[in-house]
Amino acid sequence: MKRILMAGLLASAATSAYAQTEVTWWHAMGGELGAKLEEIVAGYNASQDQYNVTPVYKGSYTETMTSAIAAFRAGEQPDIVQVFEVGTGTMMAAEGATYPVYQLMADHGANFDPKAFLPAVVGYYTDTDGNMLSMPFNSSTPILYYNKAAFEAAGLDPETAPKTWAEVEAFSRQILDADAASCGFTSGWISWAQLENFSAWHNLQIGTQENGFASMDSELTLNGPEQARHWENLAKWQKDGIFKYGGPGGGADAAPAFYAGDCAMYMNSSASRAGVMANTEFEVGMGMLPYYEDIEGAPQNSIIGGATLWVLGGQTDAEYEGVANFFSYLSSAEVQADWHQFSGYLPITQAAYELSQEQGYYDQNPGADVAIKQITLNEPTVNSKGLRFGNYVQIRGVIDEEFQALLAGDKTAQEALDALVDRGNVLIKDFVDANG
Amino acid sequence: MQTKRMTFRSHWLPYALIAPQLAVTLIFFIWPAAQAIRQSFLREDPFGLSSRFVGLANYTRLLDNPEYLESFRVTVVFSTATAALSMGLALLLALAVDRIIRANQFYTTLVIWPYAVAPAVAGVLWWFMFNPTIGIFTYILEVVGYDWNDRLNSADAMTLVVVAASWKQISYNFLFFVAGLQSIPMSLREAAAIDGAGPVKRFFTVVFPLLSPTTFFLLVVNITYTMFDTFGIVDATTAGGPNRATNILVYKVYQDGFIGLNLGSSAAQSVILMLIVMALTFVQFRWIERRVQY
Repeated sequence: MKRILMAGLLASAATSAYAQTEVTWWHAMGGELGAKLEEIVAGYNASQDQYNVTPVYKGSYTETMTSAIAAFRAGEQPDIVQVFEVGTGTMMAAEGATYPVYQLMADHGANFDPKAFLPAVVGYYTDTDGNMLSMPFNSSTPILYYNKAAFEAAGLDPETAPKTWAEVEAFSRQILDADAASCGFTSGWISWAQLENFSAWHNLQIGTQENGFASMDSELTLNGPEQARHWENLAKWQKDGIFKYGGPGGGADAAPAFYAGDCAMYMNSSASRAGVMANTEFEVGMGMLPYYEDIEGAPQNSIIGGATLWVLGGQTDAEYEGVANFFSYLSSAEVQADWHQFSGYLPITQAAYELSQEQGYYDQNPGADVAIKQITLNEPTVNSKGLRFGNYVQIRGVIDEEFQALLAGDKTAQEALDALVDRGNVLIKDFVDANG
Repeated sequence: MQTKRMTFRSHWLPYALIAPQLAVTLIFFIWPAAQAIRQSFLREDPFGLSSRFVGLANYTRLLDNPEYLESFRVTVVFSTATAALSMGLALLLALAVDRIIRANQFYTTLVIWPYAVAPAVAGVLWWFMFNPTIGIFTYILEVVGYDWNDRLNSADAMTLVVVAASWKQISYNFLFFVAGLQSIPMSLREAAAIDGAGPVKRFFTVVFPLLSPTTFFLLVVNITYTMFDTFGIVDATTAGGPNRATNILVYKVYQDGFIGLNLGSSAAQSVILMLIVMALTFVQFRWIERRVQY
């Protein structure tokens, strides 16, 4: 009995000592990025004493999103959840389950100017009226990393990245001939880098209805002759040993192949930079994605990936107050510049970009601005401002499957792309049907 | 045989005694199963904000879907191969232990260990050993002249999941086979030996037929295992790939439901799986009853 009393006393003491409002944030940042995220949150918690943000690591992007949805169904949802860009369609369709960020910021009088954000980033997350639905946090775009030592060993200029796919092929052959590496290049995220970004970079349509931005009821059109040509080349290069497939999804085998020096070039997110720098013993150069010279309009601009923060419905006003306050902190130039410089994610506000310039970050780290230059290379067209389709998480899976069928020799590139468009369109129809 | 019958004087006591068990069954088995059945007739958005009754649409969609039928075929191949491999090896090991006089307890303990390994951990172990880039088996196979790549080659991927799933199940099968072998009277084997039957002949004419109830029981248990408990292994090794080559039914339930958030279709698939396990259980009980008869 005495013990129970003691416990009760302790508990009441604890609540009075922590009169702060608790805000939970489910995220998908593991490793170095996760540690940095926690550091940012700790900085916020120390900066004021009204709110306490608790970050919780929930695994991969898919796991984080699905657990948040499951939690919502059970009424146990967090205040903030980090959702990757392909989950955007699903989150947008769930009106009532989310609290749009523009509204949250307005309701709680937070200091917030959507115009401060980079258009290339924010355009991805606004509704048809231009309202920002979620808070950009970590956006990146695929770029090309290359092993300078291998380039040098093969007699190539270590300061020049290949610009075109013809050069990628020629450089790779030279590297293989000189035995400077056992494969020319590998790539993470086949779906994102070698199909979606490939299309945007060459100003090719990804889907109808402005790549799905204008209406959910859209269809994929990724099976054009240019995409087929690229995939056919990848399959051919895989046979020749120029290209090495890194696996589905993010491509778990791609990074180690580059780190170990097996592959001399590597295409992946600009946010892979921290990992590349930490894991390589050779000097690494960075360049923009390669393009086919003879395709008109290339290079256009690349599109982003990464994630934004969605605010879920059903919480108290006090908690939303805290979320708005935290978001203001999070998008401040100092925090953003720090996060951008550490991780390789794009600076999401103009101010953060300028601050990084002032701090001399790009002069000290050549190549760190490749991503932002690539994404802002040209004014985005309807084809290159991004994509938004329902059930896109699954469509990404379909892209991987069809790419595997191509590499296994079961299908030609055109057959694989036709099949993925057909299967993807069924999934989009399903989504419209379920949310209609 | 005399039947023992206990009678309770009070009426409520027997019900009170079985209540906890009933509650557990209701909460953890019946209720979720009922939920799955209900869900399988609905079309719902991921957040559960809107849902509507669609009748059998989720089922007809599945049965019209070549991917689902392909998943059935993959499951049959996977189950058959895994059951055959794990039972075959377990029987060999059990026969070996049966002949050992000294330290067979020690060997038995060693063989049981894999059963204690969680499926996901077992999957990761094998994934590492067969990893196309860093795996030790990949390296050995390369020396032998085989270019192993479970990321692209469907046959390699299937082999990998079969090996991983079998390895885990060998212990369980082994225990039952050891027990089964021990229950075969020594006199029968000795009689056969005196009649001049060699070890192989003795095995096929005496031991194996007498072991058949155990074998059949294990067959049913193994097939159930391969169809339901191998999720972790598949998820950790191939994630159903390449190009759905190892996308077994239970993995597809997960993919469509948890990744794709298509709860209606996922529920319908669960119900179909539930029907399959019911059929298997039915067969098993019938057989065991028959066995008791003779």
